[in-house]
Amino acid sequence: MATIQFDLVSPERKLASLEATEIHIPGSEGDFTAMADHAPLLTTLRPGMVKVVAGSVVTEYVVTGGFVEISGTTASVLAEHAIPKSEVTEDTINALVEAAEEAAKGTQGAEKDVADKCVADTKALLALI
Amino acid sequence: MPNLKDLKTRIQSVKNTRKITKAMQMVAAAKLRRAQEAAEDGRPYADRMNAVMANLAAAAAGAGDAPELLAGNGSDKVHLLVVATSERGLCGGFNSSIVRMARARTVELLAAGKTVKMLTVGKKGREQLKREYSDIMIDHVDMSEVKRLGYVNAHSIATDVIDRFKAGEFDVATIFYNKFETVMSQVPTELQLIPASFEADEKEEAAFYDYEPGEEELLAELLPRALATQVFTALLENGASEQGARMSAMDNATRNAGEMIDKLTIVYNRSRQAAITNELIEIISGAEAL
Repeated sequence: MATIQFDLVSPERKLASLEATEIHIPGSEGDFTAMADHAPLLTTLRPGMVKVVAGSVVTEYVVTGGFVEISGTTASVLAEHAIPKSEVTEDTINALVEAAEEAAKGTQGAEKDVADKCVADTKALLALI
Repeated sequence: MPNLKDLKTRIQSVKNTRKITKAMQMVAAAKLRRAQEAAEDGRPYADRMNAVMANLAAAAAGAGDAPELLAGNGSDKVHLLVVATSERGLCGGFNSSIVRMARARTVELLAAGKTVKMLTVGKKGREQLKREYSDIMIDHVDMSEVKRLGYVNAHSIATDVIDRFKAGEFDVATIFYNKFETVMSQVPTELQLIPASFEADEKEEAAFYDYEPGEEELLAELLPRALATQVFTALLENGASEQGARMSAMDNATRNAGEMIDKLTIVYNRSRQAAITNELIEIISGAEAL
């Protein structure tokens, strides 16, 4: 089966770099799955879970804020925060929710909608871990 | 003729200093390794971010409706200089070289009739600059509590800068930091933050991307992040440079102390010998007189 080079990097470190068969990505306009020969795509992320399937190995990461760049052969996820699911606890999510709520404060209009959505998305992560 | 006892104390005190500088050098070496690793770990993200932004920016510049963060607000009257230095001293010319560069730039800008504002990161640069420029300093970021530099720190600085830009406090922002070349050499560098400039290392073949959401929204969303990334990279480079500079400064100090000890020891031995000879002469001439 054809594979796609998957990279997950945060500003502080490189978390993963491997050949994957499929990658589930929470895009800001909706979730999607990238496989080999995906059309070139550049999209922002919403807070959610990135799921990487490499053969029978499945790894999941909680990501918030950032973007994904996909070309036919590579998929790079650049996330502001990226934590392997195994290391995520309720406390980490709660901290993220707090940060999102803090950011949502004082916004208004269209910006408030975006910030509120971000808070809601982050809260939804609690159900996923 | 210097007193023997004084010489002895002096040698001992230089030896103590040498011990301290030697220890500091070793601590700096260990910290340097960590700082370099941090800088290396941050590189993939920064590189990709830069490449993507270069692509997007080129596209937006062609369209002619780039956001202000990228294109500037059409004026360059008020300049904001972000001067990033260290929190601690004893690192050779590290801080002075940044400060010198920032100062030269300030003088140049003032001479050209521009207004200059200054934001300092790190205590040492602030100390050197506040004597002359305390009236144009708008803020100071204290990093002394930061044990391990994280993206959060860079993010908060970047957010602050962007907020000020949106509030119309300045038109152009530049950050000054030391770029880490080798342990021996750190190059003071200035990087323009706003209007943002992105240089792609290699010209990648511009793939025709689908943009989700639209190109403009994407650019607007990513610009603040890209800015934070640039600040983060600058701070990481600065961190590595600081340790490198301290390491070579302390290495020099240790070597100088060693030389000084050698010289003092020679003087000490000579004086000791002179004293002995003197005493002998006195005894012999005393015996001859009898």
